[in-house]
Amino acid sequence: MPVEPNSVTDVHDGLRATGYLPGESTALVSYLAAKLGKPILVEGPAGVGKTELAKALAKYLGRELVRLQCYEGLDEAKALYEWNYRKQLLRIQAERQGTGWDDVQDDIFGEEFLLSRPLMQAIASEQPVVLLIDEIDKTDQEFEAMLLEVLSDFQISIPELGTVKSKSHPVVLLTSNNTRELTEALKRRCLYLWLDYPELEHELEIVRLHTPDLPEAVGRKLVEVVAMVRDLDLKKPPSIAESIDWARALLLLGAQDIDTKMFNDTISVIVKHRTDLDIVTERVGVKLNAPASS
Amino acid sequence: MPPLPHKNARRAGVHGASKLERPGMAGRLLEFGEELRGEGVAIGTSELLDAFAALQHVPWTEQVDFREALAATLAKSQDDRRVFELVFDRFFFRAVELAAIEEGVREEGGISPDEAGAMDMEELRRQVAAAVRDGNQALMRDLARLAIAAFGRQGEGSGVIGVDVQRIRRSLALRADAQPDLPPEDPRRDGLPREEIRRFEAMLRQELERGQIERTEQLSPARPLNELDRALPSGPLQDLAAVHRVVAQLKRRLKTQGNEQRGQKRHAAVDMRKTMRASLEFGGVPAVIKEKPIRPRRPEIYVLCDVSTSVTSASVFFLSVLHALHDSFRKMRSFVFIERISEVTEIFAKERDFKAVSEAIGRDSGVADISGYTDYGRVWTEFRELVEDDLHPRATVIVLGDARTNGRDPRADIFAKISAKAGRTFWLNPEPRLYWNYGDSVISAYEQYCDAYECWTTQQLEDFVKALTQPIRR
Repeated sequence: MPVEPNSVTDVHDGLRATGYLPGESTALVSYLAAKLGKPILVEGPAGVGKTELAKALAKYLGRELVRLQCYEGLDEAKALYEWNYRKQLLRIQAERQGTGWDDVQDDIFGEEFLLSRPLMQAIASEQPVVLLIDEIDKTDQEFEAMLLEVLSDFQISIPELGTVKSKSHPVVLLTSNNTRELTEALKRRCLYLWLDYPELEHELEIVRLHTPDLPEAVGRKLVEVVAMVRDLDLKKPPSIAESIDWARALLLLGAQDIDTKMFNDTISVIVKHRTDLDIVTERVGVKLNAPASS
Repeated sequence: MPPLPHKNARRAGVHGASKLERPGMAGRLLEFGEELRGEGVAIGTSELLDAFAALQHVPWTEQVDFREALAATLAKSQDDRRVFELVFDRFFFRAVELAAIEEGVREEGGISPDEAGAMDMEELRRQVAAAVRDGNQALMRDLARLAIAAFGRQGEGSGVIGVDVQRIRRSLALRADAQPDLPPEDPRRDGLPREEIRRFEAMLRQELERGQIERTEQLSPARPLNELDRALPSGPLQDLAAVHRVVAQLKRRLKTQGNEQRGQKRHAAVDMRKTMRASLEFGGVPAVIKEKPIRPRRPEIYVLCDVSTSVTSASVFFLSVLHALHDSFRKMRSFVFIERISEVTEIFAKERDFKAVSEAIGRDSGVADISGYTDYGRVWTEFRELVEDDLHPRATVIVLGDARTNGRDPRADIFAKISAKAGRTFWLNPEPRLYWNYGDSVISAYEQYCDAYECWTTQQLEDFVKALTQPIRR
């Protein structure tokens, strides 16, 4: 059932109800995006819940999530639409004799032969959707330029068919890991939201939400250790998802405390590089208590 | 070196100074936008319109919401956001104070120094510490005023706000580390959160500034923010982590660079041969189109890195840049030099870890001969012997060094020959342009044969990477 938010608190509570704990500005910016019909550009390090936010928003607003995963060399054919070449070819083959060219031409460039890709789907959908354009920084600048028309007017021009206008206003989220500077023109059209690793208390709350059975003391220690690990110079600092995974692992093992042994046994859940492992055991592992004498 | 003013900097602090009053909230916001532009944040009319639109949905009486709504519409990157925070505090704080002066409002009910003398100092210390520990903003603000009254000896401060803040903080004994000799119920015993202490300091600063404005009945001139500290970390090894963060960013950018900026050729071309072969399956109808794979352009790179003492601070940085480049370009040969040159490509290929690489280079390369001073003339000669046959117009040569010859012959003629054989030649100089060609720096002799870049901030490094990955036009 589609929901129309009426205040920032609505969005805040709504996101919470879906199991996503929004930070200070997250709820506000999401609310503004829904109200103003502007895309949100979400930036931040990997694993702070950028994609998760889109999923939670879709769930809260009761809309379908359309996702476009960007990658190097993504082009219009993969993102917008493509003519179904084979179908067109069969059509021509099937009616080789007797039909004039004009008939065929009208015929094969109809909507029947159009393969719609994520952006097209989001625009043409009868019901309003949430459109997630993930890792926009991986694409090239030309693709960004093409997005401009979609993002500001919510329409797509197809030379053979004309302009497809959106029937409903999608909520658009673009995520970026900041691997390259996005163009000014794109930024100009977006609301900006920076997501960072959550503060200690906030992360504790998130972990508790996902593993309610974990003892309080263990949860607190866990987020403290994760914060310490993130402060180190690592190749890949642990994400929120990995904190949750670790909490689940500790719960399964029935841990009552994170001591050196437990830490060394389970550290591979949050640290995933050999060199990182060495650094972490060296710098963080020693700060923990030795296991209680068995 | 004094920071150069921003290219398009307008004068900051327009409000208050000028009498061009635009009435109401809209006027204030426009002035705020103008102030942000003055600090180099690119704000167009569309951003301001967005801000106004956003404020219609957010109660402007909620300070956090108001601020976040403005930030989301006006500041479009993390750097901008940092500037935004600073300007926001400065602007709205000053706007309030200016109005107070114009209206002739003075604050009543402050605590007089006599009264403050009678207060229990130890109790105040404890209360402040408790507020800081709990992060109670409202209480912290009240206590900041109290502390200024008690310790600041209002009216006879040093006149420099920063000094006063530090003095008060010291007398309050706010420390982030644990103080185990205090009694167990004292909140300072286990140390206080660093973040909250910083916030308390900011409040002290603001209160002191307010006091100063009230005393003198005028606003101190608005200072433009300092050129934010974006210089590359040049200190010794403790900054290594900072260098790595910069380089990690660079690395990710390089990975995506190959496919960018190639204009028309981005689209795949049809591979006729493969398409015909695939069509056999469908009785000669080309039902499946086979395309030629797109290959990103990866230039062939030769890097020469100065590791002598005059660039010690920079060479840590340069070596890590070299390390990052190695991950991203497969056809790359690296050399280090001081008096002689030595190829270190293999070391980079063998060792994935940066620390091991720098140790191995220090141990094995043996580039310092006798004096330990750079000898560019000899380096060019040796480099040319090493790679002469391999250089070709698609190759790129990058030199990382300060071009300080220690009085020796620069041999720019050999350098010219190298640069003529290679497609492009870049020079990255870790010194600011201001110091070029002073003393024994001979960069101008080389500059005519290559593109010289100064490279002492991350921004400059990024500019260089952009230039490096652009297609060769010749």
